[in-house]
Amino acid sequence: MDHQSTLHQTPLHPLHVRLNARLVPFAGYDMPVQYPLGIMKEHLQTRSGAGLFDVSHMGQVVVKAQSGNYADAALALEALVPVDLLGLKAGRQRYGFFTNDEGGILDDLMITNRGDHLLVVVNAACKEADLAYMEAKLTSCAVNLLEDRALLALQGPRAEAVLATLWDGVSAMKFMDVRDATLCGAACIVSRSGYSGEDGFEISVPAEKAEELAQALLDHPDCEAIGLGARDSLRLEAGLCLYGSDIDTTTSPVEAALEWAIQKARRTGGAREGGFPGSARILEELNNGAARRRVGLKPDGKAPVRAHATLFRDAGGREPIGEVTSGTFGPSVESPVAMGYLPADLAAAGTQVFAEVRGKYLPMTVASLPFITPTYKR
Amino acid sequence: MLKFTAEHEWLKLDNGVAAVGITQHAAEQLGDLVFVELPEVGAELTKGGNAATVESVKAASDVYAPLDGEVTEVNQALVDDPSLVNSDPQTAWFFKIKLKNPADADALLDEAAYQDLIA
Repeated sequence: MDHQSTLHQTPLHPLHVRLNARLVPFAGYDMPVQYPLGIMKEHLQTRSGAGLFDVSHMGQVVVKAQSGNYADAALALEALVPVDLLGLKAGRQRYGFFTNDEGGILDDLMITNRGDHLLVVVNAACKEADLAYMEAKLTSCAVNLLEDRALLALQGPRAEAVLATLWDGVSAMKFMDVRDATLCGAACIVSRSGYSGEDGFEISVPAEKAEELAQALLDHPDCEAIGLGARDSLRLEAGLCLYGSDIDTTTSPVEAALEWAIQKARRTGGAREGGFPGSARILEELNNGAARRRVGLKPDGKAPVRAHATLFRDAGGREPIGEVTSGTFGPSVESPVAMGYLPADLAAAGTQVFAEVRGKYLPMTVASLPFITPTYKR
Repeated sequence: MLKFTAEHEWLKLDNGVAAVGITQHAAEQLGDLVFVELPEVGAELTKGGNAATVESVKAASDVYAPLDGEVTEVNQALVDDPSLVNSDPQTAWFFKIKLKNPADADALLDEAAYQDLIA
């Protein structure tokens, strides 16, 4: 079978082709890894101006209680995530994750209170499994994947100015706000969030208007199309996890240093303590710490240290202590950057460890995350 | 004399010594290089074995030895500034090798054959 014919295409696929993107298979979709600008310049463009990303491969899922009450939907989903959703105000968004019975992570998510329902954005690779899981577990709710909508991310310090040419409501939004907006005549849902470490927006748009909206944003002189290659280096510099690399079913939220996403109401002594899969382990780790931690790692030299490199305590490679889970060259940091897991007693910033790369043991220093200073509009 | 390999390297041959670089096509495919690792002067290379490593933001790739020979010189400028490879791949030589059997170079691709290969 033709390889291409097995891949899904997003509503923006014709635009990617027209822009001469280099297309690669990603999570079952034919996606742009880069445009002619190249990963390095695309990355820097997003940090200095604005970048437009097609993230339509991600799943947009509506969860609505049969009662029609937001609180019922929130309480139902709280049984699957360690996040305070009852306390989430209408028009606000929170980061979260589905946990499993062992306290591992099934997927990470963005969850919005849309007034009378929840909007959950899930990873492309987990979309089918998440949908089946929610349908099976959320029996008091209707669970619907929005298949007729695209998702665009507009990121960077000029993102607000670019979006303001289409909509004057943009400047009133703060980080993690979510609003309805009419863009190019289309009913869109705009959140002030993203995956780059920069201020920016994610825009859910009806599929048939996606290309027109994308083109209108790209018509702004400060905005360029950005591929998945730069998306990865941007999020890594920002210290953000990639599901399947930095977090998965074998990593707990506390090991992954994501405890900030678990609000007081769901912790020991909180109003709705526990009540999510794996809560025994996760609450125990919240109180007493985890044996290992996700950390930032900066190679001392110029060689990038990639995912799956083994970390050693000693320069001779005798005592393995962990593994790199993401690693690349950081175009804004102007040096290699990485993340990985280390024993808790070796996770303090400044600790030196060694990574095995092509038979050599390269020194790396534990660094605090993020590697860049985020520009979120809080 | 200029020769090419199917692994997208070029060789400039002069008196049994070959300067080796990667082709424009290879540089475009790799994207912006951020790291170059070169062999040691004096290293004995075997045809098809790893000779150098290049890394883009996205991935690491090997540069193979096009023929058997001993490394006589390496281009430290590329280590200091890997972007030189992207800006002018046809002059950015990685290393020079003294060929064990200079006649082996005759079997490599000429420019027309290489252009056919990537067409």
